[in-house]
Amino acid sequence: MSRIAKRFAETRASGRAALIPYVTAGDPAPDVTVPLLHDLVAAGADLLELGVPFSDPMADGPVIQLACERSLAHGTRLRDVLAMVREFRQTDSETPVVLMGYLNPVERMGAEVFASAAAEAGVDGVLMVDLPPEESDDLTGLLERAGIDPIFLVAPTTADARLSHVAAAARGFIYYVSLKGVTGAQSLDPAALGARLGAIRAITELPLGVGFGIRDAATAGAVARVADAVVVGSAIVRLAEQYPDAPERFRAAAAELAREMRTAMDAARADAAPAAV
Amino acid sequence: MSELKQAVDWAAFPDARGHFGPYGGRFVAETLMGALDELQAVYEKYMKDPEFLAELDTDLKQFVGRPSPLYHAERMSRELGGAQVYLKREDLNHTGAHKVNNTIGQALLAKRLGKTRIIAETGAGQHGVASATVAARLGLECVVYMGAEDIQRQSQNVYRMRLLGADVVSVKSGSRTLKDALNEAMRDWVTNVDDTFYIIGTVAGPHPYPAMVRDFQSVIGREARAQHLEMTGKLPDALVACVGGGSNAIGLFHPFLADESVAMIGVEAGGEGIASGRHSAPLCAGRPGVLHGNRTYLMEDDDGQIIATHSISAGLDYPGVGPEHSWLKDLGRATYVSVTDDDALRAFHRMTRTEGIIPALETSHAIAHVLDLAPRMRPDQSLIINLSGRGDKDLNTVARLEGIEL
Repeated sequence: MSRIAKRFAETRASGRAALIPYVTAGDPAPDVTVPLLHDLVAAGADLLELGVPFSDPMADGPVIQLACERSLAHGTRLRDVLAMVREFRQTDSETPVVLMGYLNPVERMGAEVFASAAAEAGVDGVLMVDLPPEESDDLTGLLERAGIDPIFLVAPTTADARLSHVAAAARGFIYYVSLKGVTGAQSLDPAALGARLGAIRAITELPLGVGFGIRDAATAGAVARVADAVVVGSAIVRLAEQYPDAPERFRAAAAELAREMRTAMDAARADAAPAAV
Repeated sequence: MSELKQAVDWAAFPDARGHFGPYGGRFVAETLMGALDELQAVYEKYMKDPEFLAELDTDLKQFVGRPSPLYHAERMSRELGGAQVYLKREDLNHTGAHKVNNTIGQALLAKRLGKTRIIAETGAGQHGVASATVAARLGLECVVYMGAEDIQRQSQNVYRMRLLGADVVSVKSGSRTLKDALNEAMRDWVTNVDDTFYIIGTVAGPHPYPAMVRDFQSVIGREARAQHLEMTGKLPDALVACVGGGSNAIGLFHPFLADESVAMIGVEAGGEGIASGRHSAPLCAGRPGVLHGNRTYLMEDDDGQIIATHSISAGLDYPGVGPEHSWLKDLGRATYVSVTDDDALRAFHRMTRTEGIIPALETSHAIAHVLDLAPRMRPDQSLIINLSGRGDKDLNTVARLEGIEL
């Protein structure tokens, strides 16, 4: 069983929704990332999403674009991101790590080299934002052979016919993009979200993670009632923007936000439990 | 003239998923896949619909002013002492460039899809102006994304767009040029995909854009082929066009692909010279990668990050290129060269003084190559330059380089 499958089995068994914080590797500086990942785990993160910085993050909003620019200004490269995962793994062999990014740096490294280097570093899942299943046969095969789960996005605009196609290619979990727009956008309607997730569950047994538009603990709690996992990205990255020259304060604030979300998510599930059972 | 590395059935490309050999495709976030499927369906339907094609044809005649003339530049031909130089006068189109051929077509599709809002990216501003123009005519809301640096370089076009009622959004991220404007337009589209039609201005982006923009621009080559045959009784020996994203070049080249005797030369922006690293010539000095929804030649560093480009002309200042050009390069069907800022500027002046035609700085790159190529050809041979746009928008840039404030 992969680390991702194992972790979802655990959260499901304990009746929790998984918390998946996203941080851009190397933001605000490369030496902050590994300690930050450990802080987030201590604050209640179940899985970690580590963003690989890219010069042209087309599907991301301004918050993550700026995070990429800060990271790239320090010269963070894909191989540095893999080194961060390797370092994280030295003291945490349990928490799954998913790399999220864009295809071009991976292609430049070479998909085969990347798949084996990522596996060796301890990466558990890879989500390439600009790589839909139609174009991904090569990389998906290489990742699976290396023991890494290819993660795919499903959007509100994904037609039912495509849904089963995406679900067939996906492993680990499905990342449901909760709203039309880029990362860091506003507003999310939990009721509509629940209905949509229900439709997706009819097609796949994979856990459903929900991201985009989860700005605070209250939203995280609402989403935790209907989703298997809550992904929070821009809300954390925005804190890096807030404390550009004070990495300790950034780490503390990020951990505090993760803790608030953890608490709200667990409370939401506890409230919902009688109805669900 | 050209030696193909393999026999190709040109009509079969791109394939159903938008691939030109290894290039093209659809590399976008999931949210856009539905919209692209919808666009592809509507585009395939209407390109076979006689009523749509008749409406397009009427607009091109009455609003754009097509057909554009093919002009024999006799004085320049004589001075160069080699091939006869013909100019396909896309500068005479309404709005002053070839860009409107495509925006007219896409706007008609937008209307049929019931979209009320148009967005576009622009570099030099020509595509922005052409988009704002068709939006004004059809009464559609229009937002144009433009890099903050390009807004400075092309203030006249910015004002034209605003006069036409468009909202010009200054893009301050990344290198603040065309590629960043494209990123921002994609973000807008992802957010407003229900009511918004994204008019991409070049033959790049996710499928079906490279094929669709090519088809709308191919009117250039269809006309030029017939006009040259009528004027000279034969096909030209060579076609020359500047390549940024590559829409004017594909528009000219595509109807000639099966004419094996016709050489095709795309001219990229060499900036301060390929060796300087400050240029916009991915086909000459880049390598294949994935950006803006398609696989194509790119300018990137060895970590796969897109690198800053440079060109005197905002319209060529782009790190990628249309995927069909990448494929034509690999097949050997077209060749790609680069021309520096300085040579383009010299060609700008030479064309202006010799033929009384002020070309766009983008177009001046193609002219500069012909100044070198034509004398090496015989006077009984001929070539066509796609005179893709007029230079009025560049007067400030040129004047400033000569120390004159207008």
